Parts: sequence; C-alpha cells; structure tokens
Amino acid sequence: MINWPNFVSQLFNGLALGALLALISSGLTIIYGTLGVLNLAHGAMFMLGGYAGYAAYSYTGSFIVAVIAGSLFVMILGIVMERVIIRHFYHRPHEDQLLVTFGLGICFVEIVRFIFSSQSQVVPPPPLFQGITSLGFMFYPTYRLAVVGIVAVALGALFIVLYRTRLGMIVRAGIEDSVMVDSLGINVYRVFMVVFGIGAMAAGFAGIINAPVVSLTPGIGDDILVQTFVVVVIGGVGSFPGAILGGLIAGEIISITSMINPGYAYVMLFVAMTLVLVLRPHGLLGAQGRE
Amino acid sequence: MKKTFSEEMNLAVSRRALLQGGAGLIGGAMLPMGFAMPAFADDKPAIGTWPAGSSGSSVTIGAAVPRTGTYAVQGEDELKGMQLAVEHLNSGHELMQKLSPKSKKGVLGKEVKLVVADSAAKPNEAVQAQQRFISENKVVLMTGSTSSAVAVALNKLAQREHVLYVAAISGSNDTTGKDCVRYGFRQGFFGQTAAAAIAPVLIKQFGKNKKVAYMTPDYTYGHTVTKSMQDMTKDAGWTTVTNQVSPLGAPDFSSYLLNVANSGADLLINVNWGHDAVLSIQQAKQFGVLDKMKLVVPYQVPFLARETGGGLMSGVYAATDYWWTVEDKYPLAKMFNEAFNKKFGYNPEWGAENSYVSFAHWARMVEEAGTFYPPDVIKTWEKGETIPSLLGDVHYRKEDHQCVRPVIIVKGKAPKDMKNKEDYYDVVEIVPGDGLMQKPDAFGCKLGDYT
Repeated sequence: MINWPNFVSQLFNGLALGALLALISSGLTIIYGTLGVLNLAHGAMFMLGGYAGYAAYSYTGSFIVAVIAGSLFVMILGIVMERVIIRHFYHRPHEDQLLVTFGLGICFVEIVRFIFSSQSQVVPPPPLFQGITSLGFMFYPTYRLAVVGIVAVALGALFIVLYRTRLGMIVRAGIEDSVMVDSLGINVYRVFMVVFGIGAMAAGFAGIINAPVVSLTPGIGDDILVQTFVVVVIGGVGSFPGAILGGLIAGEIISITSMINPGYAYVMLFVAMTLVLVLRPHGLLGAQGRE
Repeated sequence: MKKTFSEEMNLAVSRRALLQGGAGLIGGAMLPMGFAMPAFADDKPAIGTWPAGSSGSSVTIGAAVPRTGTYAVQGEDELKGMQLAVEHLNSGHELMQKLSPKSKKGVLGKEVKLVVADSAAKPNEAVQAQQRFISENKVVLMTGSTSSAVAVALNKLAQREHVLYVAAISGSNDTTGKDCVRYGFRQGFFGQTAAAAIAPVLIKQFGKNKKVAYMTPDYTYGHTVTKSMQDMTKDAGWTTVTNQVSPLGAPDFSSYLLNVANSGADLLINVNWGHDAVLSIQQAKQFGVLDKMKLVVPYQVPFLARETGGGLMSGVYAATDYWWTVEDKYPLAKMFNEAFNKKFGYNPEWGAENSYVSFAHWARMVEEAGTFYPPDVIKTWEKGETIPSLLGDVHYRKEDHQCVRPVIIVKGKAPKDMKNKEDYYDVVEIVPGDGLMQKPDAFGCKLGDYT
C-alpha cells in the first residue's frame, strides 16, 4: 500500500489522530507536572466525558450541549476527586497514588458498565459535520477534519490559560518547584485543585469530541490511557508543548507504520518510546531534573 | 450401567468413611505391584479433579468469559446461555431432556453449579481463573472463550490438568486443529467451516475474479479465518489486494481503513470481532469505504447489527452458528428461544446457543458414561454417535473432537424490512456440516493421552 496518495492520506490521518492524543495527554501531563500524581484514572475520565456527553445528547439531541455537559461533568468530578481523595495522597508514596487512581478508574468504568451496559453507544456528529469531504488527494470524514480544528482551538485556549494568565504562571512555577511556590505565600493546594479540574476537563472534552469518531464502550479509556502515557513520555513529563509534539509524533507513527506493515503500527509506538527513553530520558521537550 | 466406587460411596458418605476409604487407598497404593490390583473391578486412580470434584452432592463447572474488554458484550451472552443450561440441567427441563435424555435433575443426580470469572478475553487471566477453580472448586468441566487465544490456552490447561474443557466461542482452525487436545471439545463452527459455507454463496452473489481487502485481528482466530477465506475463494480467482492486520482492541481503525480505501478492492472481508468489528465497520462507513466496496463478515459477531446501528449490516453476508429465526424450521430452537427470552428478555445470539448446547452435550456424555471419570466421558464422546442439537442431528469426530454441525448463512436486512426490533438477518441457507469439514488431520491435530 506504499504509494504517493496513500502516503499523503496517512500523513494527514496521523495529524488528526495525533491532535486528539495531544489534547488528552496535555491533561495528564499538567496534572502530573503540577501535583506529582500520575492519574491512572485519566483514561476513565476520557471515557466519562464521552458517556456524560452521550447522556446529555440523548436528552437534548444537541451536540453542543453534549460537549458542554461532558466537559463540565468531568471537570466537577475531577475537582471533587481531588478534594475528597487525591489530596490525602500528596505526601504518600507514588505507589499509593498509582493504586488509588487505578482503583478509581476501575470503579468509574464499572459504574458506567452497570448503567449503560457493555454494548457500544453512538453519538452522531453534528449535522454540519456529517458526511465525507474531498481534499483533492483523498476523501476524509468531515467530522474528523472538524476535530482537528476543534482540538487546535482547545489546545490554543489551554495555551493561553497556561502561558498568558496569572494562574498559568503559578501552575508552571508549580511544575518547576511547588515548594518554592508554597513558600511565596501562594495557596498551592487551591492551585492543585484547579489544575486537577482543568486536566480532567481536557480528558472529558476529548472524550465527547472523540465520541462520534469511535462508538463508546466502558473500556474505551483503557487503550487510550496507554497511548497517552507513551505520548507523555515521548514529549517530556510535565511539558505542555511536549504533549502536543508527542501526540503528533505518536499519531504519525501509527499512521505511517500501518501503511508499511499494519501489524506493527502499535509496536512502533513503543519502539519510539524506548528510543526516547534511551537517548533522552526526560523526553523531547522535558526539562532535566524535573520530577 | 455399573456405578463406580466413588459414586457408590458418596450416597451417604461420612467424614469417617472418607478417611477410612482414603487410608485404604493409600495402603493399597503402598502394596507391591502384584497386590496392587484394585479391590473393585472399575476402581480407577484419581485423575485431575476426579473423584474429588464429583464425590459430593454437587458438581461445579468453571467458566472464564470476557465480561470486560473488546469481547465483553459477546461474553455476557455466552454466559447467559451457560446459566440457562445449568438451570435446565438442575430442573430437568424438557428441552434439556431432549438433548440429554438421561438427565433427570442435575447430572448423574448431582446438582450442577457454575462459577464464573472475567477473562477479559486474555489467555493468562483465563488460565489463572481456571486454575483457581480447579484447586478451590474441583471443577469437573471448564468452559469459556470468545477469543480463540483463550480457547487454545484452556485446551492446554485441560490436557495438563486432566479436566474436561468445552470451547465457547472460538473461530480458530487451531482449536480443534494443531492445538487440539484429548480433553477439549468444540461444538461451534470455525474458520474453515465458515469459509467453506459462505464462499460459494459469495461467489454466486458477487461473481468471479474479485479483488478483496481483508481486515484481520492479529491472533490465531484472525489469521486462520482469513487464510480459510483466501483458500476457499482462490479457485474463483479472488485475490487479496491488502490484508490489514490490527491488534485486538485497536482504539482506532482509520489508518487501516485508508489503506483499504486506497487498495482498489471490490470487497472488504472483515474478520475483526467483538467491538473491533463494530468500530471498524462504523469507521469504514465514515471513510466512505462501504460506498466503494461490499462488506462481508465471515464469522458473525453477536449483536453486530444492533451495535453498528443505522442499517450498516443491510445486505451484508455472514456465516454463523445460530440465528434465532431458524426456529421456524427447528422445534428445539423454538423451545430454546422461548426459554431464553423468558429469562433474559431477548432472543439468544449464537454465543448463548453454543454454550447451552455444549453443556447439554457434556451432560449427555457423562450420563451415557455413567461416571464423571474423564477418560470414560471422553471415550463416550469419541463414539461419535449422532445426537440432537438445536439445529437437528450432529456428531463429534473422534479424531479432533470437533462437532460436525450445520453452518447458517445470513444476510443483513434493511431497517425497513425488519419485522421486529431483533429481526436483523434473513437466513439465506443452512449448509449441512459434513461437506464443510477439512480432513481430520488436515490442520495437524494430535489429541494426546487419556491419562
């Protein structure tokens, strides 16, 4: 299947895949960077965004409402989770943090399975973006094209929050050295709560935006979680630009490899991660010494 | 039929009697060979979970089915078939009596219990669960699979532990082919029989010399089904222009589908299964692939039409083990549908049917053998007698333990033609099993020992 039109198609598809991975990964990476907690429930929150949106869509029939509901629900859940559970784990070993978030993830998945069953649920794309668009060199689902734009806007918004606001400055400072931020008299725990909320919302937003592309199942977050980790490791832990770069690289690796040998598409992703870990252990855009 | 020693013992076995018996057995075992002949004519050395698993008033079946992951939906249906079968065995239900006439209440008068674990369609998890069931519950029968990788792993466990195993859903040729075992049996259809049954229908429908794109999940099921389809359509001049191999549970099929879209194929034969099938078909629609080429699903996926929605399966051909509308032709199928519907509120898919019939056949063999002693049960099974199923008479081959049974070819209905909400397919043809099977040794089956 190696020919020029297919190569261009796959290159473009890699971009679309990568954009989505970038959005989910950015949530994971800023949470980890700021709070030092690796949130293994992140995949489940991606899934919850999809289901909350699906529920809203079923009631209202509006995709916009679904997107708002999916994002807000997961953001609120993230804040509650941080206040009630996660904050008790900041000073506990990393293993405890992994276990508690992993456990929460399982609970979320099984609650959703209990309510919605394992059968897949479909959220159709908004009428404006239904159908297929010809790009000249290829045909591509219109909604996937739209996703690239939507994700770009969302990442732009996240960029503005992180790099152009006071909150963002504190968050970035917290990623570098949270003890110092604390000693400057800033209530670092409130910042943690906000960051967890924003990170969760990024996953929830991605979940509902992704819902028309894939049909929803309770386990949808599990595979995404693994890929998200790969993206974060490639891009550099705690780095927002790294998550974007890592996402795009991961998307391209999957697409381009599948053109040459589809059986190796996901294997190559891990090969890339291994290479990065060997050659640049802190990731492509990660800073050395950052934990 | 003469009862075995252990079965006579268990009628009112007390702890003391058991200890005494046990001491006697140990004492017997310590005698020199010349004196070691058992005191009872058909007394046999313990094997696997026998006699421990069947010495009480109940026997246990261990099921490792996927309740999470890519095959979860199909696993649940499979499990429901098992639950109904156990209920029918214990109550002596009319349908069960038709399939296993000697079963009155329970099997050999013992109540049947079912213990269940989630395998997530992963071989290691299934094996761990079954190993626990063997040591803790002394299960007399194992079942469960939806992935053939699980079926093959449990086959091997069955042979090693000397505990019988009936495959649940397993489409790989290997399950009763190169990975067959003495302790494993399969009721259901598989890659070879699916391909042999559906290929003539497809060739008749679509003509000769077609270019085909395959989508294949990357494990034993996918590879053997794709191979069988290629073999069966080769003579009609069908060629493979691309074969998109993907991992089980791939989160997105877009890059594979772009390759398919750019391949110039006339047909897309999608071997993906479970949620992978749902997602790949939905995304094929999104990419316009289904407008360019005809879709075929050689190994039917329970609930596929329902889950893909939007009439995507309309006009799509598939081979299957069972589709509920065959009840018009088979009275036992009608009884099964009614009982299943009453308990679970929907018409059973083929995972449930396969589980139910597999349990019934196992019960029949145990009753015929008059013992749970596995080698005797296996030998009874290997007699290859003609026995009833929900689709008329069938038999098991002694060489590879595969049931010779019909394969049903269905074609997806357009939503407007559906008579009710579960009327997804027309039954195009019911192909008798005999002509579909490969020669017993064609896939390298060597069954192994009885003990």
